[in-house]
Amino acid sequence: MAEDVILSAAGLTKEFKGFLAVNNVDLKVARGAIHALIGPNGAGKTTCFNLLTKFLQPTRGTIVYNGRDISAMQPADIARLGLVRSFQISAVFPHMTALENVRIALQRQRGDSFDFWRSERVLSTLNGRALELLDEVGLAEFADALAVELPYGRKRALEIATTLALNPDMLLLDEPMAGMAQEDIERISGLIGRISKNRTILMVEHNLSVVASLSDRITVLARGQVLAEGDYAAVSKDPRVIEAYIGEVYTGAGHG
Amino acid sequence: MAANTHTLDLPAVGRPGAIGMPTHHKLIFLGFLALALVAPYVLYPVFLMKVLCFALFACAFNLLLGFGGLLSFGHAAYFGSASYVSAHAAKVWGLTPELSILTGTLAAAVLGLAIGSLAIRRQGIYFAMVTLAFAQMVFFFSVQAPFTGGEDGIQSVPRGHLFGLISMAPDRNLYFFVLAVVFAGLLIIYRIIHSPFGQVLKAIRDNEPRSVSLGYRVDRYKLAVFVLSAALAGLAGATKAIVFQLASLTDVYWTMSGEVVLMTLLGGMGTVFGPIVGAAIIVAMQNYLATFGAWVTVIQGVIFVISVLLFREGIIGVLSKWLKKPL
Repeated sequence: MAEDVILSAAGLTKEFKGFLAVNNVDLKVARGAIHALIGPNGAGKTTCFNLLTKFLQPTRGTIVYNGRDISAMQPADIARLGLVRSFQISAVFPHMTALENVRIALQRQRGDSFDFWRSERVLSTLNGRALELLDEVGLAEFADALAVELPYGRKRALEIATTLALNPDMLLLDEPMAGMAQEDIERISGLIGRISKNRTILMVEHNLSVVASLSDRITVLARGQVLAEGDYAAVSKDPRVIEAYIGEVYTGAGHG
Repeated sequence: MAANTHTLDLPAVGRPGAIGMPTHHKLIFLGFLALALVAPYVLYPVFLMKVLCFALFACAFNLLLGFGGLLSFGHAAYFGSASYVSAHAAKVWGLTPELSILTGTLAAAVLGLAIGSLAIRRQGIYFAMVTLAFAQMVFFFSVQAPFTGGEDGIQSVPRGHLFGLISMAPDRNLYFFVLAVVFAGLLIIYRIIHSPFGQVLKAIRDNEPRSVSLGYRVDRYKLAVFVLSAALAGLAGATKAIVFQLASLTDVYWTMSGEVVLMTLLGGMGTVFGPIVGAAIIVAMQNYLATFGAWVTVIQGVIFVISVLLFREGIIGVLSKWLKKPL
């Protein structure tokens, strides 16, 4: 295959006490693409994310990122390779200001920060870049506000700014639009479109119009297995996909 | 400075606009120093030294709990073992007081490294239980080991001569030495909190998975702050042994671990100055209410219940909220 694959998983399986949350999933994400992972509730999307970033240990299967087997690596080390994830619930540092939130990611450029004897003044050189990043997501005026005080949509924007501060090659976004108002959805979706230049994005998302407009390729999961894969037009016509979604609506199964 | 009004349990320490130590923190440190310089001419120096040692102990503990988000229930192990080592060094090896204290501190750091590297693998209540279990082992060791003197402890430890020159026998001489040690310790803790390392600690305390996803190897930071906290608790314990010329089982007993939690919560966990206030109140109560005998414990309990019910953030935490300034 000529396609340049940045992240691939083969035979990825996670078993929780006899329950197969993720069952033999093969996934290939092309470099530079926006790849969406969709599926009914309980399909194993978030578990998949946790496995790919090693927040969970896979029962079986291998993960290769940039030609390197990361199956046995620690999550922090995977982040250091430029594969950075977000979380389903907003993941900010609540008792730090917006600027400090972004700065803590920029601080990674210094390597490890074990210098407890040095004044935090040395970090003020990062403030300029942090403000730029906040400005990029429309949060410049909130730089000194504590993250806990920001409205939900702003928190998600702050999270993206923090992630961008690491300048990652690949982002894994777990439901970036969850719980958002329509205007926020438009803003964040525009933002994701902008930041996807020179980057690869793999995202879990329930909002299908966002998925349709943003993604180049879609993988549909159901009951822990890959059901279909392709672009939106192909996937949305697939009878198995329709069944998985419609079936869910009628029976209400798959929740929780 | 006070532009950010907020309602939360933990005050935001060190905001981005502030360059270096904020003015009101400088004033508090200077005020504390001024008060401490005058105090021995008014109050009994040995009592004051006890307050100072416990203030440092509580601040060291707060570094771990308030800024690292780790509740250790075994800090007596570091306080007490440093106290034993310091006493032994001064009495048996004949070291000068500053070297004895240094030796004790070092011992606590090594112990902290050993216990910490095992304890940080667990979180929350399990972490607390693991630290308690290890502290109980240290207590058992202290009862059994030949050099600790069992139930008697190490008694009549010589106060010695500072740098081999200045006699530490007069209370006031010793007091100013202890003040210098404790004040230095407090400044070190302040710097740790307000360092690049301190920023990462706060991030881990606020959201550990997110810190991991940013590429921070959180276990190493936790271990580092654990060792720092243990060493500083050791500094307090080692100094205390020289002051009272005694290292005893009380210093390693689990109630000592409980007392330091009480001091920290009463003063205000996660505040810079709270533990000092908490320690002063508890030590003063133990001293001045000593005539009530066992009732002191009951009074302490009542005060603790009141503080948890009425001002959960502790005395300084509440004050910090009122003034809208991190203290």
